[in-house]
Amino acid sequence: MAATAEVAGARAPKQSFSRAALPYLLSLPALLVCIGILIPFFTAVYYSLQRYNLAMPFLRGFIWFDNYKDFLSDPAFWNTVSISLIYTALTVGIELLLGLGIALLLQRPTLFNNALSIALMLPLMIAPAIASLMWKLMTNPNFGILSYLVGLVGLTDFKWASDPSTALLTVVLVDIWVYTPFMMILLLAGLRGLPKQPFEAAELDGVPASFVFFRITLPMLLPYIITAALFRMLDSIQQFDIIYAMTQGGPGDKLMVFQVQAYLEFFTYTNVGRSSALLMVLWAIAYLLSHQFIKSWLRLRERARGQA
Amino acid sequence: MTEATLWSRLLRPVLLTLVALFFLFPIFWVFLMSFQTNEQILRIPPSLFFSPTLDNYWGLVSGKLVTAAGTLELPFMRNLWNSVVLSTGAVLLSLLLGVPAAYAFARFKFRLGEDIAFTLLSFRFAPPLLVLLPLNLYFQTLGLNDTYIGLIWVYQLITLPLILWIVRGYFEDISPDVEHAYRVDGHGWLKTFLKISIPLARPGIAAAALLSFIFAWNNFVFALILGSSSIQPVTVGALAFVTASGIQYGQIAAAVVLSILPTLTLALYAQRYLVEGLSLGAVKG
Repeated sequence: MAATAEVAGARAPKQSFSRAALPYLLSLPALLVCIGILIPFFTAVYYSLQRYNLAMPFLRGFIWFDNYKDFLSDPAFWNTVSISLIYTALTVGIELLLGLGIALLLQRPTLFNNALSIALMLPLMIAPAIASLMWKLMTNPNFGILSYLVGLVGLTDFKWASDPSTALLTVVLVDIWVYTPFMMILLLAGLRGLPKQPFEAAELDGVPASFVFFRITLPMLLPYIITAALFRMLDSIQQFDIIYAMTQGGPGDKLMVFQVQAYLEFFTYTNVGRSSALLMVLWAIAYLLSHQFIKSWLRLRERARGQA
Repeated sequence: MTEATLWSRLLRPVLLTLVALFFLFPIFWVFLMSFQTNEQILRIPPSLFFSPTLDNYWGLVSGKLVTAAGTLELPFMRNLWNSVVLSTGAVLLSLLLGVPAAYAFARFKFRLGEDIAFTLLSFRFAPPLLVLLPLNLYFQTLGLNDTYIGLIWVYQLITLPLILWIVRGYFEDISPDVEHAYRVDGHGWLKTFLKISIPLARPGIAAAALLSFIFAWNNFVFALILGSSSIQPVTVGALAFVTASGIQYGQIAAAVVLSILPTLTLALYAQRYLVEGLSLGAVKG
């Protein structure tokens, strides 16, 4: 068994060197291609420590952490932080509840349920930028079907994404449309993979449905819920496509999440240093989240491999 | 018991209808809109009944839009072609780089092995703009922003981790005994890899390729920041469309339909593998 488990291991002495080098030779090209893309990452770190505006090259200079220190007293920065966190909390929270609800509705693997779960995945397969375009058409004041429908219930002047008071909700709605299927499909796979015995035992004992859900289903599903939620949080805090396509961060600064703010800082205000520093802050947040995500993801992966 | 019957008889169908309506109606509505003239679109109240026209699609295919203000160039077909080239190129390069690496991570326990695998995975989670904005300055200096190669290279950040981790799982599922038996017959390592391992992992490789194609196709921000207008894919092109003067609403809808059709078709075709791909191999469907 030990011999077969390491069939390609460094066993045969005559070819030990090429054997030992083989895994490196196989994986290095992939790594090199990505390292090449990583060079700009270090450039960004370097830029973030500089006063660097493309429009004023003569002012360029090394200022250590001044870009970061400026953030502390900058209301625009704190606006970005709070909008990003609110956006993430709203989207992930609603998508989780909705996704779990739909997964429970479709839990039994009937032909109808399977067909519907596949159909519900379609929004996830549409580019978020294009999905935003679809919602822009639907909320168009002249002919949008949604504008017409809210008009029927008396909201004749509902401006969706162009009104400061409803812009956030509109964009969150698009995010929910695109990404709830992700939650649904992962939780559905999790639900269907749960062991049957506890549920059969509960049914024999006549345990009420709410008890089964909160004491059996939910705890056993928790690893899936945590992994899916962390995965979505990572994406959501970095959301760019939907917000940029819907409102470009507006109206005003209502939707200036991290990446949109950094994009405008770079291209509109040509302030490379500040833009890079902002992205470094986001990177730190994403790094902490991805650390947690990978831990829970690995546990699930081990389990999936164990079943195979 | 009565509670349970009421639930399954009444509430469940109602909820499912609402869910299906919310997630599928937008696609249906835009699809209908793409066959309507501007007058039909602007009609109040909107109606499901109209005589369909293909004019919107003809306008996109011919690349010319004749309006009262003159003729307008529509480079949409070019965008569509760019999407095909960029996504296909990115997936092929990722397969070439990723499948051998996936095999290495699955079969060998080697120093730095897991570190390299996780470094590649972590690219998936870093803010893309952090890399894209400095790259934008480099690309302009190097003249890469006019070439497919530059973008295909950067697309590896999306496609490579996906292919690597899905295919790795499939290689891990293949018993090493099969390869061992073939090697005992006197065949070399490379031949074993090409003749035994790859064919056995083929469903996984195909699934990973299809999924990463979808993700590459749907990418927006990479090309927005790095690509010049001549190589921009449909995601960027369709959005630029909205601001084009004199554009017909039906044509925007037709552009949306043309740009989502390929991914939706592929997704339906590969639906068996979607769960596994979306969770990077952590959940089996």
